[in-house]
Amino acid sequence: MPLSEQAPLIQLQGISKHFPGVLAVDDVSMDIYPGEVHVVAGENGAGKSTLMKLLSQVEYPTRGTVMLNGQPVHFSGPRHAQSLGIAMVYQEFALAPHLSIAQNMFLGQEPTRLGLIERGTEVRQARELLKRVGLNINPRRVVSDLSVAEQQMVEIAKALAVDAKLVIMDEPTATLTGHEIEELFTVIRRLTERGIAILYISHRLDEIFRIADRVTVMRDGKVVATLPREEIDEPKLIRLMVGRELENLYPKPETIIGDVMLRVEGITRANILHNCSFEVRAGEILGFAGLVGAGRTELARAVFGADHIDAGTVWLNGRRIRIRRPTDAIDHGIGYLTEDRKKNGLAMNLGVDQNITLANLPMMAGFIDLGKEKRIALRERDQLRIRTPSVRQKVQFLSGGTQQKVVVARWLETKAQVLFFDEPTRGIDVGAKAEMFELIGALAQEGRAIVIISSYLPELLNMCDRILVMWEGRVVGSIPRQQFSEERIIALATGAKEVEAL
Amino acid sequence: MKDTVKPIDKTDKAQGNGEERLSILQRFRMSALDLATQLAAGGALIIVFLYLSFASPVFLTFNNLFNIVAQTTVTAVIAIGMTFVIVTAGIDLSVGSTAALAGVLGVTLILHGMSWPLAVVCGAVIGAVVGLVNGLLITVARLSPFITTLGMMSVARGVLYIVTGAVAVYGVSDDFGLLGQGIIGSIPIPLIILVVVAVLAHIILSRTRLGRYTYAIGSNIEAARLSGIPIGRYLTVIYVLQGLLAGFAGMIASSRVTSGQPNFGVGLELDVIAAVVVGGASLFGGQGTIIGTLIGAFLIALIRNGSVLLGINIFYQNVIIGVVIWVAVFWDQFRRRRLMTSAS
Repeated sequence: MPLSEQAPLIQLQGISKHFPGVLAVDDVSMDIYPGEVHVVAGENGAGKSTLMKLLSQVEYPTRGTVMLNGQPVHFSGPRHAQSLGIAMVYQEFALAPHLSIAQNMFLGQEPTRLGLIERGTEVRQARELLKRVGLNINPRRVVSDLSVAEQQMVEIAKALAVDAKLVIMDEPTATLTGHEIEELFTVIRRLTERGIAILYISHRLDEIFRIADRVTVMRDGKVVATLPREEIDEPKLIRLMVGRELENLYPKPETIIGDVMLRVEGITRANILHNCSFEVRAGEILGFAGLVGAGRTELARAVFGADHIDAGTVWLNGRRIRIRRPTDAIDHGIGYLTEDRKKNGLAMNLGVDQNITLANLPMMAGFIDLGKEKRIALRERDQLRIRTPSVRQKVQFLSGGTQQKVVVARWLETKAQVLFFDEPTRGIDVGAKAEMFELIGALAQEGRAIVIISSYLPELLNMCDRILVMWEGRVVGSIPRQQFSEERIIALATGAKEVEAL
Repeated sequence: MKDTVKPIDKTDKAQGNGEERLSILQRFRMSALDLATQLAAGGALIIVFLYLSFASPVFLTFNNLFNIVAQTTVTAVIAIGMTFVIVTAGIDLSVGSTAALAGVLGVTLILHGMSWPLAVVCGAVIGAVVGLVNGLLITVARLSPFITTLGMMSVARGVLYIVTGAVAVYGVSDDFGLLGQGIIGSIPIPLIILVVVAVLAHIILSRTRLGRYTYAIGSNIEAARLSGIPIGRYLTVIYVLQGLLAGFAGMIASSRVTSGQPNFGVGLELDVIAAVVVGGASLFGGQGTIIGTLIGAFLIALIRNGSVLLGINIFYQNVIIGVVIWVAVFWDQFRRRRLMTSAS
């Protein structure tokens, strides 16, 4: 039956969601029909995941209504969403590893009699539902014994246990192998035949075209278009996903590019990195582009010695160096500014001065030279324009951008010649971003080799001399500045096959 | 379209359908490592028991066994509550103070003319109130269980000293002694109490929503939240239950000496936690059983008792107990790592 002749199962009407400082979902309206696979596509941060959380009532919308079978939905938490038949299969599995499959499937809605859980009933119903997703395993098994793919099927079966009419899947294939993906698609087809609607978030193009009945493209929190599968092709979808004009927020500094400073060959880490090679020259700014999970951070960490690698060599200024742990990298003048400053980068309870000297303490006769520490801190404060009332201020009281500068100062004190910036602008405001890029540019002008990892492509396009694209743990492209094209990079990063057409 | 859960098929066709067969372990929905831990602790218990039977002529006498049971009942009843708490990945350091507070206040109530069975109930309720405060501080004020109960350990003991002036309360009739010293037939009443509490707790932990959610919260609190479980409410109930059992155990302890001792239970929380951990529960949550906890409690009690019977210096007892805790947890982690690597 054509969709247009059916009544929509769910209608979103002008849904918006504000987070402090961000409009994550902006006036979104869309319909979901029974039995369709409705893909929501978009770049990182386009608002897809927030939209799903609104539907599953993990978050409440700031504005707008959700209609279910023509009735407005009242928001009161995930349990209520489940009782309405809206179930979510989470990207990171929301299963309790110590409980059995059956116990997980009925978590929160156990069949009971006289206050006791009817375990026999639970297991029998679980077995029935598992069969429906094609999983022939005993529901008494403990979840921690299952493979990732099996756990995902259990999640889907769990969704069926609440009599779901809509099953939301958030990048369900992220952790699956090819064969397991096929099985997932078979299960999805089986569910839609029963009239269950699937809302499927993905940014893998090949999957979108295989599984979708309709595609809604989101960008910057807004719905750009909703189109049936027949009316889109790869180039069109990419154009819709990217769509924006390139603003020149971050002026590219003029640098003199010198000799190859860092050369990395054949870095391999089982199942994560596959034979990755790249080089970066003095004064060059190299960007790492790719989707979340493509292996960009992992590659940087491997070079820095933070993770064990199975194969690969690192060359610095033409000499082969051995890096087994971060200390080795630091000794050779390689610095890595982590993605999560709070977790890995800064000692939040220590002062600006102590953080700056943490990796390279000025010592005198076995004691910390406090006078020198202060002079170093004051010098860095002036050079990097670190805005703090005092160099003794604890870094937890500084803004995100200022904290980032403290991390940079620390690496400059180690005389680092190669610097990896992992998502340097995450969580800092626009003004601080511009300043950060100015600083990165200045560091390159002084002859350092810079690598920037960023999920925000316009940043890389503006700043970099060259962009390396990664996909599923592989380096799939290296594009010089003259050939920069957003469409092409996105195509490479999403594993599209028709790259040359763009 | 209410066909998602089919009418229940009465005949269990699992095996006929070619569904994979489960080993004995999986049938009991217990992973091999849980069983290994319990077998190890249970085996150690049996070995220590047999050894003491031969090594000491006094060990197998009725009086000695009675003593062990009466002593262990206090620890084990609290440890049963602690099992719930630790399975949620929580901790309760205030149980010793709570037991003392309830025990002394309960005795005071008897002195003021209350019948002793009613006073025992009141003692348990006093403990439950302490547990309620703990629960609310953890779930509403969002303090960590460690900090909450560390504070309560001090507060409850302090209140007790203020109320009693740190003086023991004597003068209750011997009837009250029945609870901790009585015998029916040839079975000590404390043993009966312990068995009843343990059976009830086992049923709650394995067969009710409260028990199921206890594991779910400790195993993956996010999964529990996303499944719509009201976590705060269940956690509060669990700390109330722990307080209730601590208060009840405090009354048993008072009954054993037919008086209220303000200094009772100092350091008791450590014995209790040791029993639970030796019994195979993980401080990271998600696993632990009542039977394991009982084994742990009796193992520690036997080691203490045996040390006395064999004339081992009391200071060495503490060293032995500490080493047993290390060995038990090391064994557990060793098994876990082995299983993890063999599975992948």
